[in-house]
Amino acid sequence: MKAPAKPIDTLSLPPPAAVGSGFRTLLYKELLRFWKVAFQTVAAPVLSAVLYLMIFGHVLDRHVTVQGSVQYTAFLVPGLVMMSVLQNAFANSSSSLIQSKITGNIVFVLLPPISYREFYAAYVIASILRGVMVGMGVWAVSLIFVAVPVTQPLWALVFTLMGGAILGSMGVLAGIWAEKFDQLAAFQNFLIMPLTMLAGVFYSIHSLPAFWQGVSHFNPFFYMIDGFRYGFFGASDISPWTSLAVVTVFLAALAAVTLRMLATGYKLRG
Amino acid sequence: MSAAIEVRGAVKEYGALRALGGVDLSVKQGEFFALLGPNGAGKTTLISALAGLTRLTQGEIRIMGHDVVGDYRNARRMLGVVPQEIVFDPFFNVREVLRIQSGYFGLRKNDDWIDELLASLDLTSKANANMRQLSGGMKRRVLVAQALVHRPPVIVLDEPTAGVDVELRQGLWSFVRRLNEAGHTIVLTTHYLEEAQTLCKRIAMLKAGRIVALDETANLLRAVDGHTLKVRIEGELPPGLPTPERDGAWLCWSSDSYDELIDRLALLRSQGVPVREFEVGQPDLEKVFVDVMRRAA
Repeated sequence: MKAPAKPIDTLSLPPPAAVGSGFRTLLYKELLRFWKVAFQTVAAPVLSAVLYLMIFGHVLDRHVTVQGSVQYTAFLVPGLVMMSVLQNAFANSSSSLIQSKITGNIVFVLLPPISYREFYAAYVIASILRGVMVGMGVWAVSLIFVAVPVTQPLWALVFTLMGGAILGSMGVLAGIWAEKFDQLAAFQNFLIMPLTMLAGVFYSIHSLPAFWQGVSHFNPFFYMIDGFRYGFFGASDISPWTSLAVVTVFLAALAAVTLRMLATGYKLRG
Repeated sequence: MSAAIEVRGAVKEYGALRALGGVDLSVKQGEFFALLGPNGAGKTTLISALAGLTRLTQGEIRIMGHDVVGDYRNARRMLGVVPQEIVFDPFFNVREVLRIQSGYFGLRKNDDWIDELLASLDLTSKANANMRQLSGGMKRRVLVAQALVHRPPVIVLDEPTAGVDVELRQGLWSFVRRLNEAGHTIVLTTHYLEEAQTLCKRIAMLKAGRIVALDETANLLRAVDGHTLKVRIEGELPPGLPTPERDGAWLCWSSDSYDELIDRLALLRSQGVPVREFEVGQPDLEKVFVDVMRRAA
């Protein structure tokens, strides 16, 4: 190692006013992390969703109409878009945290003066943005097969952001809780995946028997997908206001639990 | 002037295990301080508590006067930690890693200092290399750079030379010495006791979560019969000399006084005893360490 070429005034810390928050950089790092492997984190989930659209659309389009006169392939598009938003929002925060914990580089985020609220916000916002990016990709590619108008864009936007935030929070929670990759995989395969698949991505709950319709109302993912679908067709299984209320309460509860975990340093700050 | 590090009644329990059993410690600003102890003594737990990576069950810690819990933002800005394990983020190259770490501390235009660090740690040519492409020694140097990227006045090095080759070790110590001369407080943990003896003015020794020795290095060395005289002679040992310890053909005397040992050598010569070989040994920290740990058992 060489000595520095000139003396350095190493102790001249910048004045407090010049010292900003680490939030912006943590958010940037989280975005850069998935963007560097965008083929895997954005393109691959778009391809998976489009395959669902092609296969289910081809098989069922001529046999099924939903919510009155909506063509099945058109009905499927918002469901797949929202499913992609949710799954990728979860994958982003959960995979980032579990990888950092297992490789040990989480220490670089824990040593700086970043508050637990900033930590939470950075991971969740990055998750939302990845979810939105994948969702938009799915929607853009779906235009090749069927043009679905967005009649209530504000509703679509609200449910996208809320859904992304909920799954981003769940990803933070699962990423902190899990100590091994298979624990995280269990969380994803036995909780996130069934809740998503049984939330009306591929069907309207009105097509279900009364009992299962009732059960569906206990699935918070149903409200996210149904509310989002309202943004496209202006029609949904239940009122978007009801969905918004349920989703808001669910997000608030989840954020409270996750923030509490972060504030107490649960599994992060022994 | 506040202490660089002030630890008061630090207790850390993991269930039934007491990792820290009431540690009190004060490190002055500008000191080069060593924290020594066998594996499991609590060194890393104490460092984790300083850095806010673990929370004390009881007690308090201040870095440059800032409480690590109540005023964690300022406390963490004052502290740079080089972790024991080589950890890295495989998504980024060296410069990105340092820019990101800088940004975590709210420093967004820090490239001049990053360039200085890269040059000082001989990493300039690797600035655009992905972390995965670096050797173990280079990754460790990046860890040092990450710890220094916000120019902290207090720097903690947790076994920074474990598994590191001689050249890198010397380069690292030369750089750390410069930082200490520039006014940085350095706290070092190491199992290489000769490094602590050479570099550190003051030393604390931990055992089972308690400080069992805390003094200036010179005082610790004085406290043991550190000087030794080893001779290999022909014939019998003349009368008038204390009974030596025997190490094969060698006869060994220990004393805290050089004069006493020189007198013994002179006595041998004056009595015509042929001295084939002799060695004079310095007191060393390893002997102090073993002695302190034995007494603390």
